[in-house]
Amino acid sequence: MPKVTVDGQEIEVPNGATVLQACELAGKEIPRFCYHERLSIAGNCRMCLVEVKPGPPKPQASCALPAAEGQEIRTDSEMVKKAREGVMEFLLINHPLDCPICDQGGECDLQDQAIAYGRGASRYHENKRAVTEKYMGPLIKTIMTRCIHCTRCVRFSEEIAGVDEIGALYRGEHMQITTYLEHAAKHELSANVIDLCPVGALTSRPYAFEARPWELKKTLGIDVSDAMGSNIRIDSRGREVLRVLPRINDDVNEEWISDKARYQVDGLVRQRLDKVFVRKAGKLERASWDEAFGAIARAKAGSSVAAVAGDMLDCETMFAAKKLLGALGSTLVESRQTGMDYPTGNLAAVNFNSTFAGIEEADAILIVGSMVRWEAPLLHVRLRKAVKRGARVFIVGPHWETTFPAEWLGDDVAVLGKLPKNVGEAMGKASKPAVIVGGGGIAAGALEAALGLVGEWNLVRDGWNGFNVLHFSAARMGALMLGFAQKSGIVDLVNAKPKVLLALGADEVDFRRFPDALKVYVGHHGDKGAHAADIILPGAAYTEKAGTYVSTEGRVQFADKAVFAPGDAREDWTILRALADALGVSVGFDSFDELRAAMIAEVPALGVEGLVNFGALPKPGKGAKPKGTIGYPIKDFYLTNPIARASLTMQRCSAELLHGDDSFAEAAE
Amino acid sequence: MLADRDRIFTNVYGYQDWRLKAAEKRGDWDDTKALIARGQDSLIEEIKASGLRGRGGAGFPTGMKWSFMPKESRDGRPSFLVINADESEPGSCKDREIIRHDPHKLIEGALVAGFAMRARAAYIYIRGEYIREAETLFAAVQEAYDAGLLGKNAAGSGFDFDVFVHRGAGAYICGEEMAMLESLEGKKGQPRLKPPFPAGAGLYGCPTTVNNVESIAVVPTILRRGASWFSSFGRDNNKGTKLFQISGHVEKPCVVEEAMSIPFRELIEKHCGGVTGGWDNLLAVIPGGSSVPLVPAAQIMDCQMDFDGLKELGSGLGTAAVIVMDKSTDIVRAISRISKFYMHESCGQCTPCREGTGWMWRVMERLRTGAAEPREIDLLYEVTKQVEGHTICALGDAAAWPIQGLIRHFRPELERRMAERTAAMPQAAE
Repeated sequence: MPKVTVDGQEIEVPNGATVLQACELAGKEIPRFCYHERLSIAGNCRMCLVEVKPGPPKPQASCALPAAEGQEIRTDSEMVKKAREGVMEFLLINHPLDCPICDQGGECDLQDQAIAYGRGASRYHENKRAVTEKYMGPLIKTIMTRCIHCTRCVRFSEEIAGVDEIGALYRGEHMQITTYLEHAAKHELSANVIDLCPVGALTSRPYAFEARPWELKKTLGIDVSDAMGSNIRIDSRGREVLRVLPRINDDVNEEWISDKARYQVDGLVRQRLDKVFVRKAGKLERASWDEAFGAIARAKAGSSVAAVAGDMLDCETMFAAKKLLGALGSTLVESRQTGMDYPTGNLAAVNFNSTFAGIEEADAILIVGSMVRWEAPLLHVRLRKAVKRGARVFIVGPHWETTFPAEWLGDDVAVLGKLPKNVGEAMGKASKPAVIVGGGGIAAGALEAALGLVGEWNLVRDGWNGFNVLHFSAARMGALMLGFAQKSGIVDLVNAKPKVLLALGADEVDFRRFPDALKVYVGHHGDKGAHAADIILPGAAYTEKAGTYVSTEGRVQFADKAVFAPGDAREDWTILRALADALGVSVGFDSFDELRAAMIAEVPALGVEGLVNFGALPKPGKGAKPKGTIGYPIKDFYLTNPIARASLTMQRCSAELLHGDDSFAEAAE
Repeated sequence: MLADRDRIFTNVYGYQDWRLKAAEKRGDWDDTKALIARGQDSLIEEIKASGLRGRGGAGFPTGMKWSFMPKESRDGRPSFLVINADESEPGSCKDREIIRHDPHKLIEGALVAGFAMRARAAYIYIRGEYIREAETLFAAVQEAYDAGLLGKNAAGSGFDFDVFVHRGAGAYICGEEMAMLESLEGKKGQPRLKPPFPAGAGLYGCPTTVNNVESIAVVPTILRRGASWFSSFGRDNNKGTKLFQISGHVEKPCVVEEAMSIPFRELIEKHCGGVTGGWDNLLAVIPGGSSVPLVPAAQIMDCQMDFDGLKELGSGLGTAAVIVMDKSTDIVRAISRISKFYMHESCGQCTPCREGTGWMWRVMERLRTGAAEPREIDLLYEVTKQVEGHTICALGDAAAWPIQGLIRHFRPELERRMAERTAAMPQAAE
């Protein structure tokens, strides 16, 4: 713990801290462009110069200099002031005066720091440099003349994303940041470079010229495009969500979000269900709420009602549905739309027990049937970190492109019964071994066999639980906690032949298996579920309602409501509450607060933000012999849910980045 | 004048063959085994005692540099010697002569120095433009391997040592030691931050020492003839002999080995046949390659050509590439051209150098034609001060110093051009 003096103030700093961190600990602001906590140190912007004694009689880059015992650091001396002014002047001489037309305006590091540390007037009378635009794909808009060459984007791609997509060409004044041969950046996290860019060189293409940051209402939300529960900030103006940005949460998404989480929001205004529809003579026609409720009541279903929950639902909606069905005398609720039927008695067996932050410390990882890169891109980042620390990764399943070295053990889950010797050795010797079972693995019946490995490799030990199941539906863990599951999965619902089927944002169900049911779709997008429905009740999307979500690591998180649902659409729980009245039953709550209170009374864990303790893992069944080829459930990363499917941006990403359709690509001149 | 018997580089003009046979006749590879048998610490001590300072420009004591290398590898990482043959400084041409005419001096030096610093291998990074020189070096290394002087049990010493030759691709910045390591690793040649210093984590993250060709090539001779012989040349702190490379306005430009601390006048008179047009015609001298500030004629004439002597004049010995300029030189244009060189060769990594070198050159160009205002001289000086000492590597300093030298010594010339141009301009009608 070295002691240093910052501007006369003596402080103790942690071992390995840099001078910049020491200054921050002392409460001094150090301007910087290239330095970023989560990236390697480049030291190239030279904005963080401070005076350090002992040392050479020139200013030092504080981001790269280790703090050492007895250093005298000055951040307020004349030398430092001049150095900052000098560097700022150099940065600005070739930076265009674009601020009025630049999308970064108002949230631009260069703008802010120029005001705080700049000289005030230019002394440069030569011509400014101009740089041609680079094509970086449908998400990233480039105005490379604004680039200050901090290389944050380059380091993000290399270090975090693990792909060599972005780099620098040429040298000196002519240095240019570009993608390789100007191909689009294809990584699932590519748009995070937009947040990292301290200037307006990389900006958001879909968001171009939409709004200024000070016009936006900022709402804290939770992403539902996968089961990571990424913390997001929803920026909206009026009734429209304009963009989504990541919030920092080191336990969950660190500082990143996937491109889908960021850009599917333009789908929130397209294909929306904003009117009530009732199918008349085979055709969906507009109707009033009363007509629709009347039609449901006329079905006289009694207790023959079932409900299927979709992948993006909040806990409150599911609880309200469960209450409604309970009041009608039915328990036919299910959330696993595609027919999975794993046991849900002990949720520890279907939880990501190592936690996202914890998996970084694993030193041997076996992945069974999960295309992590698409199912949870942010977890993939964590796995890469683990591998960088020395972890070995084995994968059962068809090949996909990892960003780290991995050993592939074949497509058939039967391999779990006869694992190669080196796998057993590596897992057995590891101090923190981990198994990750994905949706594809569960579908192929690998869950029981994987549980069998818990004992074999001692996956659960002091302070470590290495057994993980990775879901990719944001609603999954919440649904299971609420008991939204049947013993044999959706088959139980099919066999019960319900007279009324409530589809709550459920678009992946095979509705042909319910030929006789009156299908009522409560949801927000005119997607597969709405097409099959007899009655459509327009609901709210995730940005339009407050709600509780449980991520695949069992983390309870709350989201706020950013905007109102469009047209006649209502928050889902109010629809179910009104339906209860129409059917003449009582669900026991009249307001959202009462609903939430009732839900917490039933499942107390949902009232506490943070990780849920699901207790010990169950004992594995005897002699599980899984067999079957693994197939991954996600066929197209960009089009996994109704919002994304409605989003032009996501459609374009899918066409261009996954299917090689270059008709969208603009020629970079 | 240095006696012929005291010359280290006896084939610097290529009058004899460079091949192994001829080199052995000149004394190279003579019982190298015995040199190695002296032991690492004794070799380092000998080099320290000789007072050899790095010949690449900075003049860091070579023996001390070697002593920073780890005595044993605690974590299994090998150590490396990297030899900087990326001689790209305008004016410098000594390493080229060594490599094409006396490559075995360098290769033997690599083995001995590599042994002394406990290196596993030496990498010689040769400038891309040195095509014939690289061919010679490749051939010479092969000769050494074939003769058992390198590789397993090198020269019968029981020490395994490899020498790899790596060709650069034409970037001046790759002569900077950290950028050279990046380039060797196959990355973009951009200097790394220090710390960590290469002796701790250099090439491929292993302890590394980067030495200039000349520093390494003189080592075997120093060890054979003794530290006291080497330190008998030059004054204190500036010991030894040195290859001087005199170019520009002298009668006979040449590369010549001389004792350190030789007075400038003697160096030029004895080896170059004097300044063109006589000593009165001398305008200024850039004594150490393009990156050091120029020294006006009056100050340099009796200066001792060594590290300290030139430092006193506000310049430096650098690589001892002496660029002599007589009064026919357009001094502003000369410095402006040097500015352009540094703009062209800036790697673009850090801000002051990337942006500053271009700015400086553009102002220099206007100063050259006089199309500037007198206050811009001070502005330019300030800009050079904003670059100097604010960059990752020394290229920023190298770009700033020539301009600072010009402003320090030739300000009246700059002002004269402006006045002349203004006078020649017709007055605008009001």
